Amino acid sequence: MFSILKTMWYTFLHMFSRRFTVQYPDERPRIAPRWRGRIILSRDPDGQERCVACHLCSVACPVDCIALQAAEDETGRRYPEFFRINFSRCIFCGFCEEACPTYAIQLTNDFEMGEYHRHNLVYEKEHLLISGTGKYPGYNFYRVAGLAIGGKGKGQAENESPPVDVKDLMP
Amino acid sequence: MATIYIDNKPYQANEKQNLLHACLSLGFNIPYFCWHPAMNSVGACRQCAVKEFKDENDKRGKIVMSCMTAVRDGLRISIDDPEVKEFRARVIEWLMTNHPHDCPVCDEGGECHLQDMTVMTGHVYRRFRFRKRTYVNQDLGPFVNHEMNRCIQCYRCVRFYNEYADGRDFGVFACHNHVYFGRHKDGVLESKFSGNLVEVCPTGVFTDKTLKRHYTRKWDLQTAPSICPHCGMGCNTIPGERYGTLRRIRTRYSGQVNGYFICDRGRYGYEFVNSPERIKDPLRRVSGEGAGPGKYAPFEKGTALGAIKDVLNVSRGVMGIGSPRASLEANFALKKLVGAENFFLGIPDADYRILSLVLDIYTKGSARTPTLDEVESSDAILILGEDVSSTAPRLALAIRQAVKRKSFEAAGGMTIPYWDDKAVRIAAGGRRNPLFILSCSHTGLDDMAKERYFAAPDDLARLAFAFASRIDTGAPGPEGMSPDFKDLTARICGALESSKNPLIVCGAGAKNEGLVQGAANLAWALRKQGKSAFLSFVLPGANELGLGIIGGRPVADALKAIGEQKADTVIALENDLYRSLDKKNADTLLSAKFSITLDQISNETTKKSWAVLPAASFAESEGTYVNFEGRAQRFYKVFVQGGGTEESWKWLRDIMLEAGRPEASNWDTLDGILRDMANEIPVLAPITGIAPPETFRIAGMKVPRQPHRYSGRTAMHADKSLLEPKPPEDRDSALSFSMEGYAGVPPPALIQRFWAPGWNSVQALNKFQSEVGGPLRGGDPGKRLFEPGPGASPAYFAQVPPGFQPRKDEWLLLPVYHIFGSEELSMHAPGIASLAPDPYIALSEQDRLQLGKQEGEYMEVGIGETSYSLPVKPVRELPEGIALMPSGLPGLSGIGFPVWIKKPGKGARR
Ligand code: SF4
Ligand code: SF4
Ligand code: SF4
Ligand code: SF4
Ligand code: FES
Repeated sequence: MFSILKTMWYTFLHMFSRRFTVQYPDERPRIAPRWRGRIILSRDPDGQERCVACHLCSVACPVDCIALQAAEDETGRRYPEFFRINFSRCIFCGFCEEACPTYAIQLTNDFEMGEYHRHNLVYEKEHLLISGTGKYPGYNFYRVAGLAIGGKGKGQAENESPPVDVKDLMP
Repeated sequence: MATIYIDNKPYQANEKQNLLHACLSLGFNIPYFCWHPAMNSVGACRQCAVKEFKDENDKRGKIVMSCMTAVRDGLRISIDDPEVKEFRARVIEWLMTNHPHDCPVCDEGGECHLQDMTVMTGHVYRRFRFRKRTYVNQDLGPFVNHEMNRCIQCYRCVRFYNEYADGRDFGVFACHNHVYFGRHKDGVLESKFSGNLVEVCPTGVFTDKTLKRHYTRKWDLQTAPSICPHCGMGCNTIPGERYGTLRRIRTRYSGQVNGYFICDRGRYGYEFVNSPERIKDPLRRVSGEGAGPGKYAPFEKGTALGAIKDVLNVSRGVMGIGSPRASLEANFALKKLVGAENFFLGIPDADYRILSLVLDIYTKGSARTPTLDEVESSDAILILGEDVSSTAPRLALAIRQAVKRKSFEAAGGMTIPYWDDKAVRIAAGGRRNPLFILSCSHTGLDDMAKERYFAAPDDLARLAFAFASRIDTGAPGPEGMSPDFKDLTARICGALESSKNPLIVCGAGAKNEGLVQGAANLAWALRKQGKSAFLSFVLPGANELGLGIIGGRPVADALKAIGEQKADTVIALENDLYRSLDKKNADTLLSAKFSITLDQISNETTKKSWAVLPAASFAESEGTYVNFEGRAQRFYKVFVQGGGTEESWKWLRDIMLEAGRPEASNWDTLDGILRDMANEIPVLAPITGIAPPETFRIAGMKVPRQPHRYSGRTAMHADKSLLEPKPPEDRDSALSFSMEGYAGVPPPALIQRFWAPGWNSVQALNKFQSEVGGPLRGGDPGKRLFEPGPGASPAYFAQVPPGFQPRKDEWLLLPVYHIFGSEELSMHAPGIASLAPDPYIALSEQDRLQLGKQEGEYMEVGIGETSYSLPVKPVRELPEGIALMPSGLPGLSGIGFPVWIKKPGKGARR
C-alpha cells in the first residue's frame, strides 16, 4: 500500500521536473561521432573504392543483411561487383565495421532513414559509396598487402623488398 | 597396436604410423603443414613439434617432430607442454615473417590451413620489423592461380606434382630464403592433376582460377555430395553454388574411390552448368507462321506435358533412346515409359557390344574389379589398348602409385617405416612394379611403363589370348605367333606370374571386342593359377555401366523400326544423337514425326527435335551412377536451377502421370523410383541402401546444404523482393536447402563439406575419417554391384580373333582420346575447351612419307558421306594400316569407330 502511494507521489513530482523532449526535426539532437547509424562504403586516400569484397562484413552480420559479389579488374584489384545492404533488416550493431579489414564499411551518425516503402531501405553500392575516407583517413589496404594491383607491383608495398631473382643462387 | 602416453594418459596407436598420424587419428589437434596422408612425411615445416619423454620420471623431455617419430609401445609425449606450445607458436611466427598479409583478397581465406594453424598455435602479434621477401608470380594456364608471396615452403606442391603425379614441368627454384615453387617459365601446367595443387597447398599460393572469376568464400557456398559426370571413374566431388550458378568443384574424399585427388577435367569441367547454351524452358518447334530451321518457342510445363501426352496417344510407336550420361533413375523411367522392347541404349554399336560383353564378364567372371584404392596395391599391371590417362584419368594416377609402390617393399626390407618418404625413395633407388602397355600408339602412362608394344587392336587381342593360354594351357591361344611375340609373351607372363595381385586393364577405347575377351581370359587364367588377379574395364560414360544394367536394345534396331515405319516418335534422353551415331543415322532417328529430347545444353539434336525439355544437370539432380568398378553411388542436388528445368526422371514421370500410366504412381520421391528399380532389376537390389532415405533425420534434423555461417540470407534476394522466398524443399533426400539442421558429421553418403571447429580448410577431413587417410567414418559411400562368387570358374572365350590385315588402299580409322576435348559436357567449360586440341588425323610416319605430306599439311578424309579436311600429325609408332582421329572433338563427333577409310592414294592428289 505504502509503496503504491510512494510510486504515485514520484510520478506526480515528475509534472514539475524539467522537460527533455526535443523538438525534432526543428531542433537537432547532438549525435556522438561513434553513433552507429546509416552504413556507408568509403574510398581510400587515392579516391579508389576501399572495399575489396572480402565477405567478412557479410559473414559477421548477425542478421545476414549484407550481400555482395567479388569481382576483379584487369590489374587484379578486387572490388564488389554489387554490394547490397537491406536496412530493413539491419540492427546497426556495427559488427561489419569491426570485421572490415580495410575500413571500407563504416557506420555514420546519420539515423534519418525513414521511408514510406520498405524496398527503399535496400541500398545498393551506388547508395552506399561515398567519395571520401569517412572516419578513418589515411589507410590504404593495398599499400600494406602484398597483392600486386595496377600501379603497384610486387615488392612495392610497405616494408617489402624487391622481388627475388629466382635464377640467382648467391647466398 | 601400441600403448602411447599423451600428456600422461594412455592411448592405443598403430605402430606402423608416425606419431602425428596417430595423434590426429586419436582426435588431437597438432598443427602441421608438410605432412599429407597420401604423401607421408618429410619433416620440412617443423610445425608438428611435440615433447618426448624418456620415461615417467623424465621431466625435461626433448622436442621432436611428431611426423618424423615412429609410434612405439610405451612412448610418452606431451602436446600441451608449455615449452613445445611456445615452440610451435614461434615456428608460425617465423613462417609468417614474409607473409604478404592479404587474406582479405586471398581466395584461400576462410578455408586456409595457414590461418587455422596460426589461430591454433595462438600466434597473434607481428614482431618482425624488417622487410618482406617478395616474388613475381607466373601465369600457369587457365586452371591454377599463382601468388607466390603467400608460400611457407612446406614443399607439398612439388611433392604432389613431381613425386605423386609424376609431373615434369614444375619444381623448386633458387635457394635459402628465396626458394620458389613454380615452372621454369610461365606456361600451362602440363599435369592433368594440376588442380589438386589448390587443395594440397596449405596456403593461398595455388588457388582455383575458375573460382576467381566468380569468387565466393567457402562459408557462402551451398554444397552437396556429388559424383563427377565426366568419365566412368565416379570420383566423389563437392560442387559449390552461390546466387544460382555453380562456383567450383572440390574433391570429396572417399577411401576406396578417389582418395584425396581428382583430375582437372572433373575439377574444371563444371562450368558447363553455367553455360549460356543451357536450355532453361521447354521448347517447341514453331510450326505454321514463323517456322524455320532452329525456330523454337518456349511453352509452359503443363502445356508441354499435355502436348506430349497427345503425341503419345496418337503415335504409332514410341522409342526411347537412353544415355550413358543420364542417371539410373532417368534411364529406368524412360524404359518404363516406352516399354522394354522400345528402349535402346544410345551408344555406338561397337560400344554396345563391348558394354554387353563387360557386363557379362563382371557377372559371371572370377576376377574382381578393383576399387581405385585396390589398384594402388597391385604389383604388376598390364594395360590392353586403352589410353587410361585420357579416358580414365584418376585410374592412371592410381596406376602410377601402384608402380611406385615397389619402393615401400624395398624400404620395408630395410626396416624403414613406410611414411619416411625421402628415406623410402632413396632406399628404393627407383625400383618399380612392372607396367606393360600394349596399345596402338603412345599413351599418357608411357613414362611409367616397363615395356610398351604397339600393334593393331586385333593383334593385341591375339596377344592377350596368347598370354592367357600360356598362363593356363586350358585357355584357347592363337596359332602361329611369330617368335618375337614369344619373347614378349614370356616377359609379360613372367612378370604377371611372379606377382601377387596382377591387374589387367582394358576398355572400350580400342573398340575391339576380341581385346575385351582376351583381357578377361587372361585375368581368369591368372585366377586359376591362384593369383588374386584384378580385372578393370574402362567405359566412357559416367553411367555407362548403369545404362547397361538397365538394359536395352542396340540403336540399330531403332533405325530399323523407323525404316519399317513401326514407330514415329523418338524420345532422346540426355543424348546428342549426332555424337552417339553418325549423321545419317541421327538424321533418320530425328526424321520421326515427333522427336522429344531431354537435355541440358543445346546441341545438334535439340536443334532438330520437335520438342525439347530442359533437363537438370548433375548439380541440380538427385540420382545414381554406376562407375567402372560397378559401384553405385548417389549424387545430390547442389541447387535448384529454377526456370523450367527439372530432373529428367521427373519429366518422364510427369509425362507418365499425365498419360495416366500407373507405373509411375509410386515415384513421388526418389526413394519411390529407387524401390521400384531395386525390385525389378536384381543386380540393382542394393541401391536403396547406398544412402540414407529421405526420411532420415539426425536428432530430428535434416543435413543442411548451407554452412552455419552462410551470409547474406536476408539481402541476396532483396533487390527483387523484401519477402524472403521460402527455400526450396527437398523431398527426395535427407539434405535441406538451409543453414539450419544437424551440424555434426553426417553419414558418409551425405557429407556435404569438410569442416570442423578450428579446421576451416579441407584438412578438416581428418575429423571425418575413422583413421586419418583411411575410410570415412561409417564406411566409404556407394555399394559394389558385382562381386565374383567364390567358386566362379567361367568358361574361357573360345574365339581367338584373326590377326589384323592391313589393306592396300584403306586405313582402319581408330579413335584417340584427349582428356580435354573428348568428353562432351566438359567441352562447354571455357578452360577445358581452351586446352582441347584442334582436329587432326594421325598417320604413321611411313604413310605420311608415302603421301608426301608435311606435318600439319591438310588432307581430305572421307568418312561415310562426310568429308573432312584435317592436318596430318605423324605418329612414329603407329602400326601399319591404321590411322587415328581424336574422338568427340567438336566437328569430329559421330564417327562410328572403327571404320575403314580410303587412302587418298596417288591418283587422288590433285
Ligand atoms: S569487410 Fe570491408 S572490405 Fe570486406 S567486403 Fe565488407 S566492406 Fe568490403
Ligand atoms: S594464404 Fe592464408 S594466411 Fe595467407 S593470405 Fe591467404 S588466407 Fe591469408
Ligand atoms: S606453394 Fe604451397 S604447397 Fe608449395 S611450398 Fe609453398 S605453401 Fe607449400
Ligand atoms: S577421373 Fe573421371 S570421374 Fe574422376 S574427376 Fe576425372 S573425369 Fe571426373
Ligand atoms: S608436419 Fe611435421 S615437420 Fe611438417
